[in-house]
Amino acid sequence: MIPSADYIRILPEIVLAIFGMIVMVADPFFDEKSDRHALGVVSAIGLVAALGATFYMAQYPGTAFFNMVRVDAFSVFFHVVAILVSLAAVLMSFEYVERQKIRHGEWYGLILLGTVGMGLMASAIELVMIFIALEISSIATYILAGFRRNAAESSESSLKYFLLGSFATAFFLYGVALMFGATGSTNVDMIGASLRNGAPTMAYLAMALMFVGIGFKVATAPFQVWTPDVYEGAPTPIVALMSSGPKAAAFAVLLRVLFGTQAPGWFWLVWVSAVLSMCLGNLGALVQSNVKRMLAYSSIAHAGYLLVAFAAVRHTDAGISAAMFYAASYAAMNVGAFAVVSHFASLGERYTYIDAYAGLGRRSPILAGLLTLFLLSLIGIPFTGGFFAKFYVFTAALRSELVGLTIIGVINSAVAAYYYLRLIVYMYMREPLTDEPVVPVRFGAGFAMAMCAAATIYLGVLPNRVLGYALESARTLVR
Amino acid sequence: MNTASFNPYILTLVTFLPTLGAVLLLIFPRRERDIRWFALAISLITFLLSLHLPWHYRNGAEGFQYELDKAWITTPNIHYHVGVDGISLWLVVLTTFLMPICVLASWKSIHDRVKEFFILMLLLETAMIGVFIALDLFLFYFFWEATLIPMALLIGMYGHERRIYAAVKFFLFTMVASVFMLAAIIWLYAKTGSFDFVVIQQMIASGQLTLSSTAALWLFLGFFVAFAVKVPLFPLHTWLPDAHVEAPTAGSILLAGVLLKMGTYGLLRFNLGLFPDEAHRHQPWIMALALIGIIYGALVAMVQPNMKKLIAYSSVSHLGFVVLGIFSFTQLGIDGAVYQMLNHGVSTGALFLLAGQIYDRRHTYEIKDYGGLATHMPVYATFFLVITLSSIGLPLLNGFIGEFLILAGSFQAKAVYGILGATGVIWSAAYMLWLYQRMFYGNVTHEVNATLRDIDGRERTAVWPLAIASVVMGVAPMVWMNAIDAASVRVVEHTGGQVQQIGEVLGTGTPTNHLNQAQPDNASSQPSAEEHGR
Repeated sequence: MIPSADYIRILPEIVLAIFGMIVMVADPFFDEKSDRHALGVVSAIGLVAALGATFYMAQYPGTAFFNMVRVDAFSVFFHVVAILVSLAAVLMSFEYVERQKIRHGEWYGLILLGTVGMGLMASAIELVMIFIALEISSIATYILAGFRRNAAESSESSLKYFLLGSFATAFFLYGVALMFGATGSTNVDMIGASLRNGAPTMAYLAMALMFVGIGFKVATAPFQVWTPDVYEGAPTPIVALMSSGPKAAAFAVLLRVLFGTQAPGWFWLVWVSAVLSMCLGNLGALVQSNVKRMLAYSSIAHAGYLLVAFAAVRHTDAGISAAMFYAASYAAMNVGAFAVVSHFASLGERYTYIDAYAGLGRRSPILAGLLTLFLLSLIGIPFTGGFFAKFYVFTAALRSELVGLTIIGVINSAVAAYYYLRLIVYMYMREPLTDEPVVPVRFGAGFAMAMCAAATIYLGVLPNRVLGYALESARTLVR
Repeated sequence: MNTASFNPYILTLVTFLPTLGAVLLLIFPRRERDIRWFALAISLITFLLSLHLPWHYRNGAEGFQYELDKAWITTPNIHYHVGVDGISLWLVVLTTFLMPICVLASWKSIHDRVKEFFILMLLLETAMIGVFIALDLFLFYFFWEATLIPMALLIGMYGHERRIYAAVKFFLFTMVASVFMLAAIIWLYAKTGSFDFVVIQQMIASGQLTLSSTAALWLFLGFFVAFAVKVPLFPLHTWLPDAHVEAPTAGSILLAGVLLKMGTYGLLRFNLGLFPDEAHRHQPWIMALALIGIIYGALVAMVQPNMKKLIAYSSVSHLGFVVLGIFSFTQLGIDGAVYQMLNHGVSTGALFLLAGQIYDRRHTYEIKDYGGLATHMPVYATFFLVITLSSIGLPLLNGFIGEFLILAGSFQAKAVYGILGATGVIWSAAYMLWLYQRMFYGNVTHEVNATLRDIDGRERTAVWPLAIASVVMGVAPMVWMNAIDAASVRVVEHTGGQVQQIGEVLGTGTPTNHLNQAQPDNASSQPSAEEHGR
């Protein structure tokens, strides 16, 4: 008999799944030509309900379903991030799906179901459960990436993402199997207990394989090669989603697996991966002329900064909370940037090249202003969330005496300023190529942008509460 | 009503009033005339409010005044800690003083995207004031970086032909350099658990925080690089001429008038304040760089065909003086350095203002396009002459006091510094007077120059305050010096240099009565505790 509190502990997922199915089922009932705006609104309501469910769930901490999932501050934190990211993606889809003539039902349904996966990733404490959650969220994004059916690059994006993604999840599964062999359990806590008395060689191998799998999901070097192509081809709201939501959830998994099991021998793995991600990401971004590709490389670099926090092993709570804060503020600024890009790209995603942004400051001061805010945050300028994110990460690293890693990170963030700045320069300091006015932002996308802007500034001026919560979660994680 | 009751909040008010103005401008309708008047009103009110600071400043008191210390972020332990001493007091007033002038200078020359322009200007004002009042290292860095964006955008959006290049260069130079400062700040935090300047200074001075010699070296350099780029100290000055030439007039005034001072202020406050021993150790090469800057800047200024570039290089030279004064570790030198910061803000700000006024008429900065202006623009020529003489350092004008004190201080430090530095005075006379001669005397070589209007009421309103300030600061330096001197005495005690009462030099009685007998040797280790009043 499963106690009813267990169902509360997966309430957000239940809510999301129900709404996802409602949206899918309701779709055919609409007349061929009618306005299916309502589906988007229903999905948004579903996400808000899931958010409410998350806060309700937060009052029932503990494990559920035979130690499959655990509700703690940590999982609540990532639930909130993932749901808000999906909400922003849904809001900016209102306009997008209509303009690009995409079928509403599947689109919204898949976003909601993908969010189920992300939520489960945040709370799963059992490796098989993690694997299933990973697949739920991945498969949704594989399909969503190919939704611009008429565009070849979208199909390329989907196929590439799917093939490489499946390959990577196989690695993860292989790692899970080996871990089971090494410790006799797939539960994170029990693995931790078992590894405390010395780790067999197989555990090291298992750790490395799992790292490969998750490394792919979060796009850290050297598993990052797919990122630019996939991001370029996929529909922009989906890029916004998958570069923040599933990514944050995958980082949650990585945190759980690495710190929850107190597994051995991953320090140098993370160190090397962090350095490679930062350097390759930033160098790649320097030479891009397509804004989506540039943001793709930048997302690789940001994954690198985030890994720096992982390496801060001597003060794990500082490191973990820094990583969590980073994931949250990266989600805010990155989704915001993609929201602007998505709106501006217009029909068939025509305007994604940097030349098209010339003079945007004149053509649409508000869009340009918002994008500037998000880019400044990505650079890490004070008064924005990006600043404190980097700040906490590097402080944590320094407290663990990782001077070399910090220096590499700091130099990288200085280099990164260049390519973000280039976009700002184009927007404000070049003359527009056309005088054609930018299509006014509609409510949905506008709300998504405002939400991200508010979050970016909030995290940059009053980071106290979020960081405090992250610290608390970090303590529940390592204990 | 007793205005002194505002004391704890006055700094916050002065700092954030411009931001409030910027936010209001954001929702302002795009009526350019109203926007200008509104910006002028805000900047004037800010200036008037900032006069509260010298009005209620207690000259004899130790430590920082108008302090406000509130916890802002708990982890890490960041405070909103602001306050001023005699050094930063006048820099704040300088900033607020220059601001209305900048608004007036942009009155007609900015006609495109006016709203954005004034929003950026007001945001810049907040950030600049914030730099001078922040007593929390983190807060300081916060404001320091925050000056960067508006300034880069001002150059890039409203500048001249090569504005993008100049803006990006300015941004990258400053950004990369300040990253090192951030690293140093974080390192200090990791060791001390505090960002508070006063606390960290005490911990270092009292030996509670022992720095290994390598750590001290890197920390010193981390701060130093960030400030040296801003000053700019040779050979990190290359962004400055580009930025100045391309910037709009108001941008140049603020860049020369205030942003460069942030560099010298930082050197004085943080490099000397936190790492006095390191500062002493590195004195020779820093002095050498300052001297190279003085002479090289002057020589390069002399051959510039472009008047804005000439003034820009003269800034390199003048700021070399300031660094010379700071690293002389003498009270005279530091007094002079602080005073020279103010002078340079006034006189170079005025030069850029005047250059901008003639540019509005002729749209060129090339010196050869002018000549014989004195006959047709007598008022303009007179103002230009006064400011030129003030910049050169003619006695009875402000530049003289600063240069004299700096040179006196550097002679005390080592004769050779003084001798080489003194040549700078000659150079500056040469290039400035030559500039004046080429522009204003001789025959009118270009027809069009004979038809130029003299400066009008608005333009005169902008120049008058600067001209008056040049004269008053030259005649009655003690008005400023009382506060400066008290603060620099403490810097000197802290760094273990020579203390000498300024009254002896300037021949006026002064209220500074303490520690004439301070021993140079042990001074660096003992003060702090009761000194900084915490």
